[in-house]
Amino acid sequence: MKKILAIIRPDKLEEVKQALEDIGCNGLTIKEVRGRGIQLGITESYRGHDYKVDLLPKTEIEIVTSEEELDNIVDTIVKTAQTGDIGDGKIFISPVEEVIRIRTGERGEKAI
Amino acid sequence: MVVLDSGDTAWMLISTALVILMTIPGVALFYGGLIRRENVLNTIFLSFVSFAIVSIIWFVYGYDLTFGSDLWGFMGSISNPLFGGIVESGTLSSYAPTIPTGLYAVFQMTFAAITVALISGAVVERMKFSAWLAFIPVWATLVYMPIAHWMWGGGWLAQMGALDFAGGTVVHVNCGMAALALVMLLGARKNSNLLPHHLGYSIIGTGLLWFGWFGFNAGSALGATNLAVSAMIVTNLSACVGMMTWILMDKLQTGKPTILGALSGAIAGLAAITPAAGYVNITAAIIIGFVAAICAYFAVSHLKPRFGYDDSLDVFGIHGVCGIVGTIAVGFFATPLINSAIKGGLIAGNPAQIGIQLLAVLVIGAYAFIMTLIIGKAIDKTIGLRVEEKEEIQGLDLNLHEESGYRLS
Repeated sequence: MKKILAIIRPDKLEEVKQALEDIGCNGLTIKEVRGRGIQLGITESYRGHDYKVDLLPKTEIEIVTSEEELDNIVDTIVKTAQTGDIGDGKIFISPVEEVIRIRTGERGEKAI
Repeated sequence: MVVLDSGDTAWMLISTALVILMTIPGVALFYGGLIRRENVLNTIFLSFVSFAIVSIIWFVYGYDLTFGSDLWGFMGSISNPLFGGIVESGTLSSYAPTIPTGLYAVFQMTFAAITVALISGAVVERMKFSAWLAFIPVWATLVYMPIAHWMWGGGWLAQMGALDFAGGTVVHVNCGMAALALVMLLGARKNSNLLPHHLGYSIIGTGLLWFGWFGFNAGSALGATNLAVSAMIVTNLSACVGMMTWILMDKLQTGKPTILGALSGAIAGLAAITPAAGYVNITAAIIIGFVAAICAYFAVSHLKPRFGYDDSLDVFGIHGVCGIVGTIAVGFFATPLINSAIKGGLIAGNPAQIGIQLLAVLVIGAYAFIMTLIIGKAIDKTIGLRVEEKEEIQGLDLNLHEESGYRLS
């Protein structure tokens, strides 16, 4: 089992969620986060002063899935969240040791 | 025999309510949107307590001290503490003979209150709430009331013929210089960036200020007259020209028009037309709005960084500077064709008015600055002006009020 942690543009969330639903991936968790990449954010200007705003709002999607479905889900996120401009985000994949469904106590892939 | 005019009285009742709306919540929201989210409640709170405290002392002794019978041109005399018997006797105001004395008093109360609330924009995010509570009555008594008496209560500036229709010196120069003095005592914030946490508040606040300003300026005609109409038109025009001018400055200087710039320009235009609203025509209003916005733009974007004082929300940069611009402009553009009660300024053939206006700016500015320094120093020695460093970093809402503006869980 794998955990997908995708950091995307907030305005791409609806599109990505719909695309994931279309391929049968329904379960996910969303967080509003702030962060920066190599480019260190953007500049804003108030009353004639420029300020560097180096933490930009992003949306983090967390999905746990089986090995077989991993590539399909990752491809779907990349395809829908991509604009080609700086600030599209990143995806991190990590192994998951165990999944437990609290309602029934089931363990493993059937609990995902 | 002059009798109460119900039209004038109705308009002045409405004008009074309009000016109250400028302070709570106009100024409160305008300032509240511009600071860090950790200080939003404290910032709004400063305006609300200013309004409450000034209202109380105004009717205990403040009105008399400002508008009571003149003592040596410097102060009014307290002859009716707690406004004793004035409302009961139903007398008409000697300053506005067609409306009750009580109405003139409550209208003037709103000016005293907003002047104090405006100062708060300079000291946000670092001043002790207790120090601010102490500052309000002392400053209103020792600075606002004498200055308002000199200009409007028959004091020495009024006797010299200085003109300030609705508060260019009494409100704007006064609050701007007081702000500068307090900021020098307080020092800069740890983080003195102007990064608004919620411009939406400031947009609503500016809308309310603009709307309320019609009570401020057109109300200062003290009746439902053609002069009030004239004041309303020039007030609106100066605001509009100020807004468009600041947008242009933004475009020329940093490349993009900004909404905060538009709001700031509108307020610059409104502040500058305030002393002139009942004395000048439409052409003059357009020039005043234009010049004021450019002066304010350079004050906040160049003067402030150059001298390094932390006038947090540009009380001096916008209100102080535009009050000066507008008051001096009266010396040039005032005309008896708009207001038959005056001789007018330079273009009406009375160049001496410029000198009188300059004197009013200098004396009121210097008095406000020096007195505020003394009052601020005294409060610093007793209560302390500034919060602990830890409280400033964590935010004032949690530390001073045990509340937070955004409880999202």
